[in-house]
Amino acid sequence: MTALLEVSGISVTFDGFRAINNLSFSIGPAELRAIIGPNGAGKTTFMDIVTGKTRPDAGNVLWGERSVSLLKLSEAQIARIGIGRKFQRPTVFEDQSVTDNLIMALRAPRSPWAVLGWRARAPDLARVADLAAEVGLADALPRKAGELSHGQKQWLEIGMLLAQEPQLLLVDEPAAGMTLAEREHTTRLLVGLAKTRAVVVVEHDMEFVRRLNCKVTVLHEGAVLAEGSLDHVTRDQRVIDVYLGRSER
Amino acid sequence: MTRSFLARNPSVLVFLSILALFTLGVTLLSEAYGTALISTSFIKTLGKTLCLCLAALAMDLIWGYAGILSLGHMAFFAIGGYMIGMWLMYARTEEIVVAALANEPLPATAQEIQNGIAGQIFGVVGASELPPVWLFAHSLPLQLLLVVMVPGLLALVFGWLAFRSRVTGVYLSILTQAMTLALALYLFQNDSGLRGNNGLSGLQNIPGLAGVSQAAVSVWFLWASAAALGFGYLLLAWVVSGKFGSVIRAIRDDEARVRFLGYSVEGYKLFVFTLTAIIAAIAGALYYPQAGIINPAELAPIASIYLAVWVAIGGRGRLYGAVIGAAFVSLLSSWFTGGRAPSIPLGFYTINWVDWWLVLLGLSFVAVTLFAPKGIGGLFDLVQGLRRPDRKGAALGPDDGALMEREAQE
Amino acid sequence: MRALVAALVAAFLMLVPAMLAAQTAARSVAEILVENRALVEKPSRQSIGPVIAALAGSGDPQAATILAAWADRGLGQRKSDGGFFLIAPNADGYALTALDGSDAGTATKSEITELRPNSGVRGLISVALVQFRLTDPDPARRAEALATIARDPAPELLAPLRASLDGEADPALAAQKDRLNRLLTLRFDPDSAARVAAIDSFSGDLGLDLRAALNPLLATVRKTAPLAAQIDGNIARDLTPGDDLPQGEAYDLLVAANLAPARLSPADLKAALVANIVNGQVAGTPVAVLNTQVARNAAYTALEAAGSVPLAATDEEVTQAVAAHRFAEVYSEPDPAVTTAATRVLKAIETKLALMQAADLGLDALSLASIYFLAAIGLAITFGVMRVINMAHGEFIMLGAYTGYVVQLFIPNYTLSLIVALPLAFAVTFAAGVAMERLVIRHLYKRPLETLLATFGISIALQQLAKTVFGTQARPLTSPAWLDGALSFNDVVQVSYIRIAIFVLALVFLVVFLFIMQRTRLGLEVRAVQQNPSMAASMGINPDRINMLTFGLGSGIAGIAGIAIGLFAKVTSELGSDYIVQSFMTVVVGGVGNIWGTLAGAAMIGGLQKGIEFLNPSNTLAAQTYMILFIILFIQFRPRGIIALKGRAAGD
Repeated sequence: MTALLEVSGISVTFDGFRAINNLSFSIGPAELRAIIGPNGAGKTTFMDIVTGKTRPDAGNVLWGERSVSLLKLSEAQIARIGIGRKFQRPTVFEDQSVTDNLIMALRAPRSPWAVLGWRARAPDLARVADLAAEVGLADALPRKAGELSHGQKQWLEIGMLLAQEPQLLLVDEPAAGMTLAEREHTTRLLVGLAKTRAVVVVEHDMEFVRRLNCKVTVLHEGAVLAEGSLDHVTRDQRVIDVYLGRSER
Repeated sequence: MTRSFLARNPSVLVFLSILALFTLGVTLLSEAYGTALISTSFIKTLGKTLCLCLAALAMDLIWGYAGILSLGHMAFFAIGGYMIGMWLMYARTEEIVVAALANEPLPATAQEIQNGIAGQIFGVVGASELPPVWLFAHSLPLQLLLVVMVPGLLALVFGWLAFRSRVTGVYLSILTQAMTLALALYLFQNDSGLRGNNGLSGLQNIPGLAGVSQAAVSVWFLWASAAALGFGYLLLAWVVSGKFGSVIRAIRDDEARVRFLGYSVEGYKLFVFTLTAIIAAIAGALYYPQAGIINPAELAPIASIYLAVWVAIGGRGRLYGAVIGAAFVSLLSSWFTGGRAPSIPLGFYTINWVDWWLVLLGLSFVAVTLFAPKGIGGLFDLVQGLRRPDRKGAALGPDDGALMEREAQE
Repeated sequence: MRALVAALVAAFLMLVPAMLAAQTAARSVAEILVENRALVEKPSRQSIGPVIAALAGSGDPQAATILAAWADRGLGQRKSDGGFFLIAPNADGYALTALDGSDAGTATKSEITELRPNSGVRGLISVALVQFRLTDPDPARRAEALATIARDPAPELLAPLRASLDGEADPALAAQKDRLNRLLTLRFDPDSAARVAAIDSFSGDLGLDLRAALNPLLATVRKTAPLAAQIDGNIARDLTPGDDLPQGEAYDLLVAANLAPARLSPADLKAALVANIVNGQVAGTPVAVLNTQVARNAAYTALEAAGSVPLAATDEEVTQAVAAHRFAEVYSEPDPAVTTAATRVLKAIETKLALMQAADLGLDALSLASIYFLAAIGLAITFGVMRVINMAHGEFIMLGAYTGYVVQLFIPNYTLSLIVALPLAFAVTFAAGVAMERLVIRHLYKRPLETLLATFGISIALQQLAKTVFGTQARPLTSPAWLDGALSFNDVVQVSYIRIAIFVLALVFLVVFLFIMQRTRLGLEVRAVQQNPSMAASMGINPDRINMLTFGLGSGIAGIAGIAIGLFAKVTSELGSDYIVQSFMTVVVGGVGNIWGTLAGAAMIGGLQKGIEFLNPSNTLAAQTYMILFIILFIQFRPRGIIALKGRAAGD
């Protein structure tokens, strides 16, 4: 199985602080992966690098069968190539309706000229309705996104990610601030998604990671400390020292 | 397509009807075609106001919808005026020179006519040769093309440089202001080829229409301005109604998120910047023949800030708000500064509005920003019973240009 | 003509003394006058030279007095006996003094004929008098004579100047005389070697007088000659037509040298055609088709063929004529040794001059930079620290300048008024800033674009208010006398005291700012609020109060900057808006949130503007245009400014 995303030897420094230190990582086309690590381990910076927000000082990020280097692409190009990102706090366009939010995310040409002439046709609206139903927002379509509850915004954002039809999903702390029921719903959603595409979940919450039941990568000080099943890494003495020993959250 | 678009946006139909009625009414009250109740100079003022409304529409698209506070759009407006002014002045002078040379025993050569025109136009700045920028001034179609091309290209190059390096928010505002200042200073030079601080004058005399009275010409320009405003409104309403409008409003509120959706934010900004620059230029090209004169002072950065003020007072993020703001403030301004507003005697001091109008405008602008960010447009929301959302003071997005809580509708 | 006469007189003056010294040493002035009575009665410039020379060289102690009197209509002739007297008008005629200095009684007006030399003769006399003035016992008169010579050098002055060299006792005057002697020598000495030596003696000198003396030596004229002949004279360089000499100008030279017929101008051609219109036709061509130059040329050629107009050069003939001649630039100075030496010395001077000019430019840039720094430092605080765009900052500068003006109305002593105005301006603008922060800006935090527009509203209101109160004309803010004048290093490098004062003021502000921010409790709290307002609040700092004080501080500094700017620019209501864009540029280019960045930004913008002005000196407007374009490009490469906060600290 060839890797979908191949990150090799990246390093990045902020004002002398090494946020990422010679990190290598790879994930296959239909795989669910959890990344854990203490605060400042470089989890968010890692996602910033993959999505093009931050440029690494060294190393390489290759994508897909044709091994395209992501380092030369802009954020928008990386998003178009098939990498979706969900932020920790739900970020939807609050001044616009749920429909508009989903339509913007729908897979379609993204250039200004194409968008200018684009008008929603019946199949597009049907697809929007399907997505809304999938994430449980079927009744909320005409409402403004700003009026939704916190959990609903999370689902809308996931719906927008689905509309993008990405091959790789980067999800930042999806369970934060959710009720137990919402967590279970989110777990099912993520596991379901990973059947057709790669999903990387960055999470603090061990219980949630255990429920995902997938391979785990432990980051520490910007490098991979251990990799394997959750049981495997939690038995690793180094992991216990740096992470579990300090994880009081 | 268009029918369904109008059906979905009834406000466009309402606006166009009001505009048509206004134009018809003014025509019927004009000196040339009606009861002469409105003086020709006031018709010119109305026509100019329509052009300013068009420029304000462009400003609303770039600021109200895309969240980019450009302080350079009056520069594009003035460049449009300069471009059409070059043809007007050249062609008009050519008529005069040809008429003068017709009395000579020999028919004039092209070179003699050219020299005569150059001498007439550039005598004031001590030059006698036509500068290279006047290469196309003899041709109306070419110069009309330049009305669109010059500001368009300038906006394209400037915008590409600015957006590419991710200059946003107030930095971009300051940068556009600097661009405007640079242009104004450039045009103030005598060797800029555009007559330095004399500017271009006599633009109200339309070449080839010597026999037509200014009364009629002013009404024609009113029609042209109204038509341009109507088309501009239609075009912009169409642009903002679809997914494009959705995307640029999303850029206004949270451009980083739009990037992660796969839209090239810079491309959209550049598109909107250039489009609005062209619209502003067209408005300027219609404005200055009615004003009669254009000089570099028109490009002063302050003019572009006024444009933003109009949009803010009218209510940003709604097209009719921009039109109302521009019309309201500029008409009020010409009423106050024209000396027609009655002075207020306070006993110890008499408030003379020519002196105090700017103070009033400045302070009322502060008041609008502080207390009524929806501007005049907010009144329509009151009438329609729309309330603003309760967001506990949070804006609708993290970016500088994002809508404020009090600007949004529920 | 005048130069010729002058040269002749000079030759006499140089030769005659030697001759006369032998022959006429014993003769008195009176004798000479009597001998040349006819010439003296009706003097003319052409003929009087030898007489004046003889008088000057007579050795008579009264000679100088008499010559001066003659030039000044103080010399008369008694009609009865033809005797010469020094005359002074009195109540009933003239008081007479004999030429030997003894009193000779009085005479009525009718008895005396005043000698009235014309201006040309008076000029010759005054040249002759120079030698007396140069040896005058009074050093002040000698210095005056030197200044006269330096102002209006002439060949005939060389000899008297040299003659006076030896006797000079005053060392300063001796040096001055020596320099003047060399300057005159290099221009007027007949001996080539002496001139070259004089030129070389100046090597490395930067004086304006030297450049004024050398430059005329290298003046050139363009000359032409047929290819077969040589161009005579001291050739500076050969010119190739079409290359370094435009074809048209080359032909004009030929015409001027009578080597070719004048070219027919389009106007003359037209006039010739008009003169030959017969029945609506010119040489058979209908007038109506003569609306191109080609058609007109053809018609003229037809007229030429018919012999009704003179021949005129066609373009082809012009080309041929130009090709058949050589062209050169020729020095008006005939001596090649002199021009070579002058070129060499001037080149050395230019090199040195360029260095000096660079130094001068550096000083200029420095003072402009300190002005921008002063104008921007307040912004660096409000914009850089608080991220508040204050478009009314320029109006605060204006407010400070007007405060200075008003204080001067009440306190006429400029020094005292300045001392009062500086803190007062700070207080006024501090109060204005605090009021603005409380009333407006506080409600718009985190909304920079709205702040921009609201403060712009305040800006236009303040500007109009100032216009209404103080009127539109510029008001003076006069600097104290001790700030007038300039510190001058040499003829090239100088800097006015007021600019030095502004530079010092800028330095003081830098130090004060650093002290406040780094060493005081207020600075600590300001930095805390800047970095994390809620954390600061939880530690007992009141962010509202800190923001208010910070904004007041920034505004107050703007007021002081206003006084500094008002001192060298006139105070108008637009004073502030002239500086606001540059100030923002300074802060943005330098890097927001860092005082060193503002300093670097001011240095860059000031240096850039002066540099561009130097390259294109005629046009400060263009310099500003190019500078702004440069800044727009610069921001491409360093969007966060010269000194940028990097990485996560930048908080993007």
